Amino acid sequence: MTNETLFPAPQVSEVTAPYWRALDEGRLMFQRCTSCEHAWLPPRGECPRCLAREPRWETASGNARLVSWVVYHHGYHDYFARRLPYNVAVVELAEGPRLISNVKAVHDMLCIDMRLKLAIEREAGVALARFAPA
Amino acid sequence: MRGNVVIAGIGQTAFGKLPGRGTISLNIEACRNALADAGIEKDAVDALLVKPPTSNPQFMYGQTLAEAMGLQPRVGGAWDQGGAANISLIAFAAMAIEHGQCDIALVCYADNPRTGSRHAYEKAWGEDAAYGWFGVPAGYAMLARRHMDEFGTTSDQLGAIAVAIRKHGAANPHAQLRKTLTLEQYRESPWVVDPLRRDDCCLVSDGAAAVVLMSAQRAKSLGVKKPVPILGFGQGHSSWDVAQRADLTRTGAENSGKTALNMAGLRPQDIDMAQIYDCFTITVLMTLEAYGFAPHGQGGPYCAGGRLEIGGELPLNTAGGLLSETGMPGLQLVTEGVRQMRGEATLQVKGAENCVVSNQGGIMHTHSTLVLGQCE
Repeated sequence: MTNETLFPAPQVSEVTAPYWRALDEGRLMFQRCTSCEHAWLPPRGECPRCLAREPRWETASGNARLVSWVVYHHGYHDYFARRLPYNVAVVELAEGPRLISNVKAVHDMLCIDMRLKLAIEREAGVALARFAPA
Repeated sequence: MRGNVVIAGIGQTAFGKLPGRGTISLNIEACRNALADAGIEKDAVDALLVKPPTSNPQFMYGQTLAEAMGLQPRVGGAWDQGGAANISLIAFAAMAIEHGQCDIALVCYADNPRTGSRHAYEKAWGEDAAYGWFGVPAGYAMLARRHMDEFGTTSDQLGAIAVAIRKHGAANPHAQLRKTLTLEQYRESPWVVDPLRRDDCCLVSDGAAAVVLMSAQRAKSLGVKKPVPILGFGQGHSSWDVAQRADLTRTGAENSGKTALNMAGLRPQDIDMAQIYDCFTITVLMTLEAYGFAPHGQGGPYCAGGRLEIGGELPLNTAGGLLSETGMPGLQLVTEGVRQMRGEATLQVKGAENCVVSNQGGIMHTHSTLVLGQCE
């Protein structure tokens, strides 16, 4: 059994709170600049392209592609040590932003640029933006 | 300013486990050895530049070290760029010397993650820890996977890099790991984070190194025995975290290499040998591509077939690099480059007139390049 008290829950900040709240409600949100329309994750206060403040939040379609992935065979943290081997992936949303995630699939069938679909899952009570093959 | 500034002395400590030694003590030992090698008295030093210890960064570390060494330098401090900082500090010292800001500079680095804390290399990546995203090897594995799937780079091609470097390290009496590796043994090496195996990953080491810089003119008047001229340097920084990088197989090393080679007036095909930052095998492959030794995506075939070994077309990491000599983040590559240009290396590359050295940090977030010339 995985001990839920060990789970490294996100240290939510003022900037990232809306992101995690939305996930908890079943929506993956990203930020878009109100000035230059650039879209990104993870949440930040200023647009990294034009430096404007106060970006708006948008809900992602959930369509995505797999940029790259790795499979852990070494446990760097007690919570994940019992789950080995597990994957961590870089995923690009259809809208552009990228995030770190996990893909719910047999590792042998993963390949770069494969199409994915959002599959939000709860882990130790925290809603996470995982993905599954589309 | 090509060739106007030289590396006049090099020094190091033993590498491996050095229990009970703090980084100040290790830095001082390396500096003492570098000064003795250059034949310079401590009081002649008027610049002290240090890369902060990776495993235990401290505020005002440059000043703490200067105090411990009884120095009140004209130029001093620490620069945080991860592993790229060694060469960036050498480049800064060279420019400071060229412009009369100082005369004789010490650049040094020490750390003790082996007997101290290796937390810096295994920690979580912020809120992404919730997905199990931990540790430095995983970041490089993410780059490696993209490279392998996009260009057909193979595990055996990464293995060839480890085989070459371990062969060189085995010949180095000061190396922490003096054990050759065959491709068959590499294939049996356990996964750490697939696609990287244990033998793709650098050592974790205690130790220190230091170099002394001065103008070529000053070295001549002081009678420095074997000054090694600095022909070029450059920097380039990817900055973006792995997940946010538009192209996972391209880095700031391209700009860094271009700037340094342009300054040296050399093309990749003019380079005789290399000391390439080998925290992981994929780093070597991607850096060689970025420097123009192989076309983008073709680093795999380039690295296979013994090209990187002594006697090959581009011998590299001739003292064993991070995979075999010491896991120290980068300054040992500079000191081995200096030994080669002096003609004093254990595995001397005959007739080598120049050597390119790479340093980099984070998950290829930062990059710095140095080109050394043969001492006259």
